[in-house]
Amino acid sequence: MNVPTMAEMMAQGKQPEVLFWVGCAGSFDDRAKKITKAFVKILNKANVDFAVLGTEESCSGDPAKRAGNEFLFQMQAMSNIEILNAYEVKKIVTACPHCFNTLKNEYPELGGVYEVMHHTELLKSLIDEGRISIEGGKFNGKKITFHDPCYLGRSNDIYEAPRELIQQLDAELVEMKHCKSNGLCCGAGGAQMFKDAEKGTKEINVERTDQAIEVRPDIIATGCPFCNTMMTDGVKITNKEEEIEVLDIAELIADANNL
Amino acid sequence: MDYIDNIAFAILLIIGIGFFAKNIKKLTRNIKLGKEIDRTDNSKARWKSMAMVAIGQSKMIKRPIAAILHIIVYAGFIIVNIEVIEIIIDGLFGTHRVLSFMGGFYYFLIGSFEVIAFLVLITVIVFWIRRMVIRIPRFWNKEMKGFPKNDALYILYFEMVLMSLFLIMNATDVQFQELSSGNLISQFLTPIFNGFTPESLHIIERSAWWVHIVGILVFLNYLYYSKHLHILLAFPNTFYANLNAKGKLNNLEAVTNEVKLMMDPNVDPFAAAPEGSENQVPERFGASDVTDLNWVQLLNAYTCTECGRCTSSCPANQTGKELSPRAIMMKTRDRLEEVGANIDENGKFIDDGKQLLNDYITPEELWACTSCNACVEECPVNIDPLSIIIDMRRYLVMEQSAAPQELNMMMTNIENNGAPWQYNQMDRLNWKDE
Repeated sequence: MNVPTMAEMMAQGKQPEVLFWVGCAGSFDDRAKKITKAFVKILNKANVDFAVLGTEESCSGDPAKRAGNEFLFQMQAMSNIEILNAYEVKKIVTACPHCFNTLKNEYPELGGVYEVMHHTELLKSLIDEGRISIEGGKFNGKKITFHDPCYLGRSNDIYEAPRELIQQLDAELVEMKHCKSNGLCCGAGGAQMFKDAEKGTKEINVERTDQAIEVRPDIIATGCPFCNTMMTDGVKITNKEEEIEVLDIAELIADANNL
Repeated sequence: MDYIDNIAFAILLIIGIGFFAKNIKKLTRNIKLGKEIDRTDNSKARWKSMAMVAIGQSKMIKRPIAAILHIIVYAGFIIVNIEVIEIIIDGLFGTHRVLSFMGGFYYFLIGSFEVIAFLVLITVIVFWIRRMVIRIPRFWNKEMKGFPKNDALYILYFEMVLMSLFLIMNATDVQFQELSSGNLISQFLTPIFNGFTPESLHIIERSAWWVHIVGILVFLNYLYYSKHLHILLAFPNTFYANLNAKGKLNNLEAVTNEVKLMMDPNVDPFAAAPEGSENQVPERFGASDVTDLNWVQLLNAYTCTECGRCTSSCPANQTGKELSPRAIMMKTRDRLEEVGANIDENGKFIDDGKQLLNDYITPEELWACTSCNACVEECPVNIDPLSIIIDMRRYLVMEQSAAPQELNMMMTNIENNGAPWQYNQMDRLNWKDE
């Protein structure tokens, strides 16, 4: 695996085509790290000229902003922007829709203007350009349902890129009753990931998992490390671990390419 | 003494419209209690959004049955009200069916009004059945008890009575029925009045005419007190709604200034405050009361017609949490009305020891939100309950340090080590070699 950092690139006088913003989950969460690695393997295979910030990366500030702490958010944002601008970053790709939304929509007003892509968008363009191909065989006949991350879907109107990728796998894409703009949240957004839910009758991730189970998928695909955690937990709680896998789109593509 | 009817009518009309104007003035005053926000940019996109969402009702289509029913009442309301023009002229000048000089076209119009009135009547009955017999859950959430429930029913009854009166008025108009033109629906009502003397028919016709117009004036004035204001406010509300990506939360300018100062190495931390700044009240962060919200958020509150699409799509509400986005809007309006009444009584706002936070909206509701934007997506008139929730969280966190303990830990971690969990920033690239 080849993972250059911006600092190394700069030392060599090079400017990568795109910065891969890994995010906190992608850097530290054991499950999400697998997504990060799967994505990097694809980038390597497609010879994408990329780099990461490595130890210079810090939280985008999304959970702080959604929790109401605008101070902390802006401090994070401004110090990140200082670093990004120092490296003259133009284009960013990230596998986390929360980082994606914040970098894309909330950084420009603070002086950080970049072209920001979600990894499913980049993956789609790599396939369109023929830089990677998908051998469908592995997922032939599998039923895959896609859980829309709120910060990708409703927040930024990206519904099709992940679906087109699933269809390229030769798998059967089955839609939940509540999908796309009607999709139900996994329960992690708005800083909920970091606290227990308020008193209620059911956990949101269990409700969403139940909706997924209704369409009897072999795989629940998603494009967000937090959705992944919530849906994985939901599948465990409903005792469906044996039958249903929860995977990121990047993992599906990497797997199809035997990476 | 022939003019007594006309004078009575003119007085009624002036009172009706006068009160309405007074209410609109109060409504505008209350909305302007909100903070300034500039929503005059990109007017082309704003007109387009209003045309699509308010006039074209594009967001209603998501629930097709309700959409079809609603479009009938909406179109019916507008079209049938053309007839009100004639009623006003007749009333003021003592004429009868003044527009009938148009001949065939007039009777075509009246015929269409009758069909539409009949369709509206049927639709409103279906609305009542959906609400009271089928009991569609979103009409029965806990915030829909008492006045909100009755309010919805009053509106339906009003519409039923007004449409019936219009048809009865036509059915008992002997001359009109004899022409047998334009009485598409009312002709089927005439058998009810068989055997009535011409005098009593005339009395019924006049009474129906009078009660109909008085009813319209009363309904007009009921709007201000009712959720039904959406028939007027849907238009400005969609015009001034947020046009940015839904994921984008607004930037707090006041915070930006402070953070920039904090991060500027050239700032002298011991510098004296600038001249005159000791008298400035520092801007409050976030919202604890309606006057901390911006005027578009307050307009949102008045526009809400309590349909409950937001609440029925809310993940927190679906799983039994206290949060209901509709209740957020209703409580905001209730508090705003209270503040408005306070100003009416005292000339200016006198502290009543209450605020929107805690007295109306509890932290438990606010912290249950996942910021998923389902409520914003669902609202057929582009109301944004999420922006109010976030502004109130901002107050809780930045003014009161009252975040749930786990969130405080998350924020401390971000502050100390740049991640919401307790990992060393220096370990951020370890995954590469694992």
